[in-house]
Amino acid sequence: MRTAKKMGVRSVAVYSEADRHAMHVAMADEAYHIGPAASQQSYLSMEKVLDVAKKSGSHAVHPGYGFLSENTEFAEACKQEGIIFIGPPSSAIRDMGIKSTSKYIMAAAGVPIIGGYHGEDQSNERLQAEAAQIGFPVMIKAVRGGGGKGMRIARTDSDFLEQLESARREARKSFNDDVMLVEKFVEDPRHVEVQVFGDQHGNAVYLFERDCSVQRRHQKIIEEAPGPGISAEVRRKLGEAAVKAAKAVNYVGAGTVEFIMDAQHNFYFMEMNTRLQVEHPVSEMITGTDLVEWQLRVAAGERLPLLQDDIILSGHSFEARIYAEDPNNDFLPGAGPLLHLSTPQADAETRIETGVREGDEVSAHYDPMIAKLVVWGEDRSSALKKLRYCLRQYNIVGLNTNIDFLLSLSAHPEFEAGNVTTSFIPQHYADLFPPPTAPSGATACRAALGLLLRERSCTQDFTHHSNDPFSPFGSSSGRRLNIMYSRNMTLQVGDRKVDIVVTYNKDGSYSMQIGGEVYHVTGEVESEGGASFLHCSVDGVESRPKLVILGNTVHLFSMEGSAALSVPVPKHLVAVSGSGAQGGAVAPMTGTIEKVMVKAGDKVSAGDPLMVMIAMKMEHTIRAPKSGVIKKVFFREGSQANRHAPLVELEEEGEEGGGAAASQ
Amino acid sequence: VTCWWKAFWDKRTHLLHMPQTTTSPPKPSPHTTGGSENYERMQALVEELKTRSEKVKLGGGEKARNLHTSRGKLLPRERIDRLLDPGTPFLEFSQFAAYQLYGKEEVPAGGIITGIGRVSGVECVIVANDATVKGGTYYPVTVKKHLRAQEIAQQNHLPCIYLVDSGGANLPRQAEVFPDRDHFGRIFFNQARLSSEGLAQIAVVMGSCTAGGAYVPAMADESIIVRKQGTIFLGGPPLVKAATGEEVSAEDLGGADLHCKKSGVTDHYALDDNHALHLARKAVTTELPEPPLYPADELYGIVGANLKRNFDVREVIARIVDGSKFDEFKAQYGDTLVTGFSRIFGYPVGIIGNNGVLFSESAKKGTHFIELCCQRKIPLIFLQNITGFMVGREYEAGGIAKDGAKMVTAVACANVPKITVLIGGSYGAGNYGMCGRAYSPRFLYMWPNSRISVMGGEQAATVLATVTKDKKAREGKEFTAEQEAAMKEPIVRRFEEEGSPYFSSARLWDDGIIDPADTRLVLGMSLSAALNAPIKKTQFGVFRM
Repeated sequence: MRTAKKMGVRSVAVYSEADRHAMHVAMADEAYHIGPAASQQSYLSMEKVLDVAKKSGSHAVHPGYGFLSENTEFAEACKQEGIIFIGPPSSAIRDMGIKSTSKYIMAAAGVPIIGGYHGEDQSNERLQAEAAQIGFPVMIKAVRGGGGKGMRIARTDSDFLEQLESARREARKSFNDDVMLVEKFVEDPRHVEVQVFGDQHGNAVYLFERDCSVQRRHQKIIEEAPGPGISAEVRRKLGEAAVKAAKAVNYVGAGTVEFIMDAQHNFYFMEMNTRLQVEHPVSEMITGTDLVEWQLRVAAGERLPLLQDDIILSGHSFEARIYAEDPNNDFLPGAGPLLHLSTPQADAETRIETGVREGDEVSAHYDPMIAKLVVWGEDRSSALKKLRYCLRQYNIVGLNTNIDFLLSLSAHPEFEAGNVTTSFIPQHYADLFPPPTAPSGATACRAALGLLLRERSCTQDFTHHSNDPFSPFGSSSGRRLNIMYSRNMTLQVGDRKVDIVVTYNKDGSYSMQIGGEVYHVTGEVESEGGASFLHCSVDGVESRPKLVILGNTVHLFSMEGSAALSVPVPKHLVAVSGSGAQGGAVAPMTGTIEKVMVKAGDKVSAGDPLMVMIAMKMEHTIRAPKSGVIKKVFFREGSQANRHAPLVELEEEGEEGGGAAASQ
Repeated sequence: VTCWWKAFWDKRTHLLHMPQTTTSPPKPSPHTTGGSENYERMQALVEELKTRSEKVKLGGGEKARNLHTSRGKLLPRERIDRLLDPGTPFLEFSQFAAYQLYGKEEVPAGGIITGIGRVSGVECVIVANDATVKGGTYYPVTVKKHLRAQEIAQQNHLPCIYLVDSGGANLPRQAEVFPDRDHFGRIFFNQARLSSEGLAQIAVVMGSCTAGGAYVPAMADESIIVRKQGTIFLGGPPLVKAATGEEVSAEDLGGADLHCKKSGVTDHYALDDNHALHLARKAVTTELPEPPLYPADELYGIVGANLKRNFDVREVIARIVDGSKFDEFKAQYGDTLVTGFSRIFGYPVGIIGNNGVLFSESAKKGTHFIELCCQRKIPLIFLQNITGFMVGREYEAGGIAKDGAKMVTAVACANVPKITVLIGGSYGAGNYGMCGRAYSPRFLYMWPNSRISVMGGEQAATVLATVTKDKKAREGKEFTAEQEAAMKEPIVRRFEEEGSPYFSSARLWDDGIIDPADTRLVLGMSLSAALNAPIKKTQFGVFRM
C-alpha cells in the first residue's frame, strides 16, 4: 500500500470482523468488511473479495502473502471478471502449486531435484511402502501445501501412520485437499531460495538468493541475503537454475524458487512459490529495488525495470520475524494485547513492516507475526550488529514474543560465522535457551524502585481525587514515629526469589538490603513520548531504563538488555487458579477443539492423547498429564476453549475426592 | 453513600470553612540552626528517643520472634504495614507503654501496638497484639492501651480493626486486669457500643483468642480467621481437660474450619496472614465502578427456563456486579444462602441470594448479614430463587421457625433500601425471608422464567391428593391412580397459570418483568433512585432466640 501510494495508485483493503481496527484498514484509501473472523468466511472467500473489487471499481487485486495468493481458482476467477490478478498466470500457479507436477516439469527442464514418491495411489500401505523404499527419515508433505502446514517428518516406520494422519488432517483444514507426497528428508540441510521475476515479454531475472535456514516448527524466523558462505560461482548457478525453472512455466511476476542445499553446497529444487514472499525485503535491500512496484508494473504489461546485468548485489541484509509466541514453550503461538510496543527508528537501512500498533490485539485467528524487522549493512557482520541493536529497541509487553530468543540466536557464534542449517535451533538448544539467572542486585533495586514509585503515584492519585486531598495519611512517605519504616518486598524471576528489605529514608531516598548488601537508591519516573523511563541512581550509578509495569511484573528495557521481575502471586490467589489444573489437562492456548478422543469413564495413561486442538492454524494434541479415569469432558468438538481452561476432569486411580484436597 | 464516607464529608466541609490566614515567616535566629547548644541538646534527646524506640520496635526477644515467624506468621508491625495502604504513614500511640513498669519484666510497647492509619483509603484505628511479647497476654497497661485506642475511635468516629494474637488476660495479674470498670470486660463493652454507633468493628484472628479474648472476634461485626494459626475458644484444651476430661486439639476445638463452617463465629477463612489482611482491607474497601467481567447474556445459559435445574447464584452475581467482584460473607457457613458485598455502578450493596432451601444456619447468617448492612447503611439486593425453609422433624425440633423468624424480622425492620429480583422460584415463607412484596422492598422485579406461589404446583397437587386419598381410605373408598392424576392435573395447571410472572405483573405484584441481561442496569437505576432518600437508622425488634 505504501508503494501504491508512492505510485499514485488508489488502494482498497478488505477486512474481517477480527481486523476491524487493524492497521491495513486504517492505511487504505477505502476498506470493506467481508465477514467474520474465521478466514474461510472472509479472507478465503473468493466471491466476497471479488465482489469488493467490483464494487470499488478496482482494476487489479493484490493477494498479499497468504490466503488467496497461490489459489489458481481465484486467479482464474479474476481473469473472468476482467480484473487483473497481481501474480503469475493461473497455469503457472497450478503447475507449481501441485508439487508432483512441478518436480516433473523441473526435472524435464534440467533443474536438479530430489527423489521421492509423488504418485496418485494415496493408500496408507502404498505411501508407507514408498517411504520405506526411500528410507527413513522421510518428509510427508501435502501436495498443495506450503508454509509448513500439512507437513510432517516420519523418523521411523512406526510413527509413519500417525504423522501421515496428522498431515492429512491439517492439509484438509488448510487447503481442502489431503493428497500427500513423500520424499527423502535431507538431514541438517540449508534452505536457500532465489527471488525471480518474469514479465509478459518473456524476460526473467534472478535477484540473488536468500538463506532462510534457521527455522522453528518448519517456519522461518530469520532470513538473510545473500546466503552466507556461498561462492560467486554457486550463486550464479543457483540464479540460473531458478531462472530456468521460471522460464519452464512461462513465469510472470514475482516468484521464489526454493532449494534445499547440503553441506557441500549441492542444491535441489524443492518448490516454487508463485507469490511475493514475506522475506522479499532482504532481496530488495541488497539490490535497491521495490518488488511490489515491479509487480504493479509487470501486471500493467510493462517490461522488467532491470535486466540481469543491471542487478548488482550490494551489502548484506537480515530480516527477523517478530512473532507472538513463547520460545520457552516450544514456540507455541500466543495471542493477546500489545500493552506496550516501542520500535527502533526506521530509516533507509532499517525497515519495520508491521500490521499492528500499541493497544492492538494479536488475534488468535491468523498468523501470530507481529512485525518483520529488516536491516541492511555494508557487510554481514555490520548488518548483524545492526539487527541486534534494533532488536534491543523492539520492546513488547503484554504477550510472549521471540525477541529475546532472536537476540540470543543472532548473537550465537555459529550464527555469526554463518554456519546455518535448518537444524540450527535443536543443535544449539542449550546455548539458545540458557537457564534463567538471578537478576543483579542493582537490577532488583531498580525494579523495586519502579514498583515503589508507581505505588506512590497511585496513592497520590487516590488522595487527590478523594474528598480529603491534603491529609498526610494519604502520602507515600511511609513515616513512622521515632522509628524507621522498613518493609519487606519479594521479587522473582522464574523460580528465583529475591528478598529486599526497603528502608524509607527521611530525604525520600531508599536503602535497599539484598542479602548482606545495602544499596542506596533514588529516582523518579520520567515520561517521554508516551513511554516511561526510570531515571534512577543505585549507589551513585545513574541509569535510565525504559519502565513498563503491567500486572504484577516490572519490565526494564535498556541497551544492556531487558529484565522482567514479578511480584510473587500471593498464596490465596495461587490456590484459586491452581486448583482447576490439578485434576486434568488444560488448553495450552485459546483455540478450537478439533477432535475429542476420550469420553467420561475412559481409562487413560499418562501421555495418551485426549483431544486435538486447532489454534493459530496449528494442531496441538493435548495429552493426559497422568494416568487415571476421565470423569468429565468439558468441551465438544468444534467448541472454543480459552487458554488454561481445563479440558477434562481426570481422576487418578484410587484417588477419592481429589478436589477436596486441592481446595485446602 | 455509606458511613465510611461520612468522615470525609465532614472533614472537607471543615477545610472549606477554614479562615484564610497569612503568616509571616519568623526570622532565622542562631538558635534555630545547627551548631547551637540548644540544637545539639535537643538533637541528643531525639537521638535517645529514637534509639529507645528502635528497641521497642523489635518487640519480644529474638527467640520469640524467630519462633513466631517460623510458623509462617508475620510480626505485628509487618501485619500493620500490610494492612495499611502500602507506603502510607502510621500514627502510632504510646510506644513506651509499660516502659520500665514491671520491674525485671520487659513488656515492649505494652505488648500491643495501636495507632491510626489508612486502610483502603479509610482512616481506621488499628489494635495489634504482639504475641512475641509474653504471648500477647494482657498486662494491666495492655488493657489500658487497648481501651485508650477504642476511646480514640469513639471520639473521632473511626472504625476499628483488631489484629488478634493473644493468650488473654495475664493470669498472675488478674486482680489488676479483670474486675474493675476499666479492665478487660470494658473492651467488649466498647466493641458493642462502638458498633451500635455505626463504627465498624473488624477482627482478624491471627493467633490465639482464649477465654475473654474469644469475645474480640465474637463481638466484632465481621471477623476473619487464619487457618491453622487462629483459634478461638472460651476454654483452651487444658481447661477443657480439667473441666470435662475431654481431650481435644486446639485446631479441633476452635480452629478456622470449625468456626467458618460449623459454628459461624468467624465469617472469612484466610489461608495465611497476607490473605487475612487482604480480606480485612476488602472489608473497608472503596473502589471505582467497572463493568462485570462476563457478558450479561451468559445468564440465559446459566439459569435457563427449567426451575428444577439448580444453578449457583454466584454465577448470576458475577454477571451483575462491578468487576464481577463479590466479597462473600460466611462463605462456608449456612451455604444454601449466599451473602456478600459488591458494588453495582459504584454503589456498595449487600447481596443475598439463594442456593437452595433455607436451613437454620442460613437464616441466622442472613440475619447477621442484614444487620451488618443496616449498621453500615449499605442497600440490600435480594436475588430470590427459593422453595422455602427446610421441613422435617429434625428441623422443626431445631427451631427452624424461630430462626426463620429472625431473618424475617431483620428483613422487615431493615431501613436500608431493599431491592428484590425474582430470578427463579418464590415459594412460601421463603418469599418472606427473601423480601417479597409484603416486606416493602423499594422495587421488585421478575425475570421471565420466575414463578411465585405459596408452594409449587406439583407439591400443592400432591398435598391435596394425599388429603383426598386419606379421606377416601377412611371412607373405605378406592382412589385410583387415574383419579389421582385427574385431580392433580387442573391444580398443577392452575398453579402454573397463577405463578406466571405475567399473572403477577398484571396484578402489580411486582414493578415489572425484566430481561435478565438488563438486571445490572435496572438495579443501578433503582439504587440511584433509592439513594435520594436519606437512609434512616434501623431499629430491630426482638429477635426470638
